[in-house]
Amino acid sequence: MSEFLRAYLTVAVFAAFAGLLIAGVLGLSRLIRPNRPTPQKLLTYESGVDPVGSGFSQSQVRYYIFALLFVMFDVEAVFIFPWAMRLELYQVFGLVEMAVFIVILVFGLVYAWRKGVLRWV
Amino acid sequence: MDYVVFGIAAVACLVGALGVILASNPVHSALSLVGTLFGIAILFVEEGAHFLAAVQVVVYAGAIVVLFLFVIMLLGVDKAEALEAEPLGGQRPAAAVVAAGSLVLVILLGIRAAEVSNGAKAVGGALNGPGANVAKLGRALFTDYVFAFEITSVLLVIAVVGAVVLARRPDRDEIEITETEAAE
Amino acid sequence: MGDPLFNNGFDLGVVLIVLVKSLIGFTFVMVGVIFMIWFERKVIADMQNRIGPNRAGPFGLLQTLADGIKLIFKEDLRPDRADPLVFRLAPYLSVAPAFLTFCIVPIGGVFTSGQDGSVHLFGHTTYLQVADPPIGVLFLLAMSSIGVYGVMLAGWSSGSKYPLLGAVRASAQMVSYEAALGLSVVTVILMTGSLSTHDIVATQAGRFLDWNLVTTAVVPFVIFSIAACAELNRPPFDLVEAEQELVGGFHTEYSSIRFGMFYLAEFMNTITMSAIIVTLFLGGPSGPVLFGPQQIWPLVWFTLKLLGFLFGFVWLRATLPRFRYDQLMDLGWKGLIPASLVWLILVAVIRVGNDQDWPRVVGPLVGLGVAGAVFLLLLGALRTSATRRHDEAEVGS
Repeated sequence: MSEFLRAYLTVAVFAAFAGLLIAGVLGLSRLIRPNRPTPQKLLTYESGVDPVGSGFSQSQVRYYIFALLFVMFDVEAVFIFPWAMRLELYQVFGLVEMAVFIVILVFGLVYAWRKGVLRWV
Repeated sequence: MDYVVFGIAAVACLVGALGVILASNPVHSALSLVGTLFGIAILFVEEGAHFLAAVQVVVYAGAIVVLFLFVIMLLGVDKAEALEAEPLGGQRPAAAVVAAGSLVLVILLGIRAAEVSNGAKAVGGALNGPGANVAKLGRALFTDYVFAFEITSVLLVIAVVGAVVLARRPDRDEIEITETEAAE
Repeated sequence: MGDPLFNNGFDLGVVLIVLVKSLIGFTFVMVGVIFMIWFERKVIADMQNRIGPNRAGPFGLLQTLADGIKLIFKEDLRPDRADPLVFRLAPYLSVAPAFLTFCIVPIGGVFTSGQDGSVHLFGHTTYLQVADPPIGVLFLLAMSSIGVYGVMLAGWSSGSKYPLLGAVRASAQMVSYEAALGLSVVTVILMTGSLSTHDIVATQAGRFLDWNLVTTAVVPFVIFSIAACAELNRPPFDLVEAEQELVGGFHTEYSSIRFGMFYLAEFMNTITMSAIIVTLFLGGPSGPVLFGPQQIWPLVWFTLKLLGFLFGFVWLRATLPRFRYDQLMDLGWKGLIPASLVWLILVAVIRVGNDQDWPRVVGPLVGLGVAGAVFLLLLGALRTSATRRHDEAEVGS
């Protein structure tokens, strides 16, 4: 019995059920729904007027900052999890090192905050 | 059973990797990368490294590739990249040399595979079950490698600082702001 | 460690149990979704002094089914500009994580009086949850990060402006609150010492005072619930589909049953997220066994807690107006994330203090000291930021 199947066999079967449901419903719909495309129907929606320019426009750079901050806190969370699981092993030493870790990361957040990039308007 | 799972994961990895380099649309490339990452996560679980597999999905597939997608949307890429334009001179010859070198290396490794690897499971794997595995990882991380661990946080903060400096809206009046800062 | 189902080899009984478990989980989620959509419409209607669905079936119970069948018969439109492959892939990426998160929820099992919550079926022992992967809670984080792809790619692949805006907003919102979600779970792990949801439920069995809601002192529960609400894009955090600004948000260009899939995923996510909250903080299926068969009561308690939580979500929707985007981001980054970090340090200090036999006051005092320092730091940042904004406004005018 492989390690993966041991832990995730039921998850895989469950996922297969979910996939079958979606594929089944979409497939059924494909068989019975009408299909009468006209050029107007296939335009993208733009409040009723013909769409102008390309739909793939640029987005704001501040979204990128938030994504990067998220990466920072995601990595932080991943480091904290094994620490939180066995805190009794590390005691005060563990507490101090994690506090240092968190405070350094909070400095990152504070820096972004002070520079005003967390501000939306 | 092991072989079936390994086969599926390996195929997912390879197809994903090919997709990354062959897809002309950057979003398709990013999605293929997610496929590769999932394949690698499955391989990690096979080796009993459950925590590493979770990290692979949560950090790489969940955060890094999302970051890539944000960059793609930031640039507003809508069509396949034009292959004629070459921003860095001499890129192609260099790439060819590196590719050839890697190929030779892989072939060499393949020939000597029997000496390098005996196909046994990694010794550092799940010795006393999956939970103990995370505990061991934690102990190594928080005692032996504590300095590296703290440096990681500095690295992350530097990344954020860099991004903030690059992305900050130019102040309407740079001098005015500096003066207020000095006054504080 | 893990589900004991696979401990004694692999035979037909195991295959059968795996199938039965998946099927039960699947049915639970599907019936739950159908019921939840009806429940939400009916309760909101009551709160707004309307009647709500009352035509299809008794009390309108079959309304959801009728809507689904209608959607199946509708013409499906895919804009010319759309990216065909990703446009079709996105609904799968939206629904699958919503389903899969339910895997790790223990829906029953007796944990008191020396039992470990397992049941016997076809000569095998197993837990009453679809799967118990060793990484437990991290599975939740992994799935919610995959959910981001569904939203993001649906908006991007439409090749249209409103969906793209909606998708970028939605994914920024989801990743922001995912950070708060992950950090507030850590306190639960701190109290439990295990990532597995089965162990988390087992440590909460017994008295009400053992629930993580109490042992982590409510704050992580509140943070987690708010973050979950935002992660689900439910009101008051439904900026994703703020009709006045974004038309329909990331699924504007989707029609027929493909749109139905996103709708389904949204409600499915609500159910699974509520179930996760019940598991993490409210003791999951724990509760007193009153009379009759033992195994029934945990199921009943779990369902009741779940219903209570679902009602809470509906109530929130009927009560609160939608947040503005800047308020949303402020709440996430300047409120929830610092709060969960401070609380994490506080709980950790108190726990280590208990282990080390410090006097009772030292733990909370050190914790409060750290919390105060972080708070002052953030306050300083806030003031600098505010001064700048003021200056900029003056320069601008």
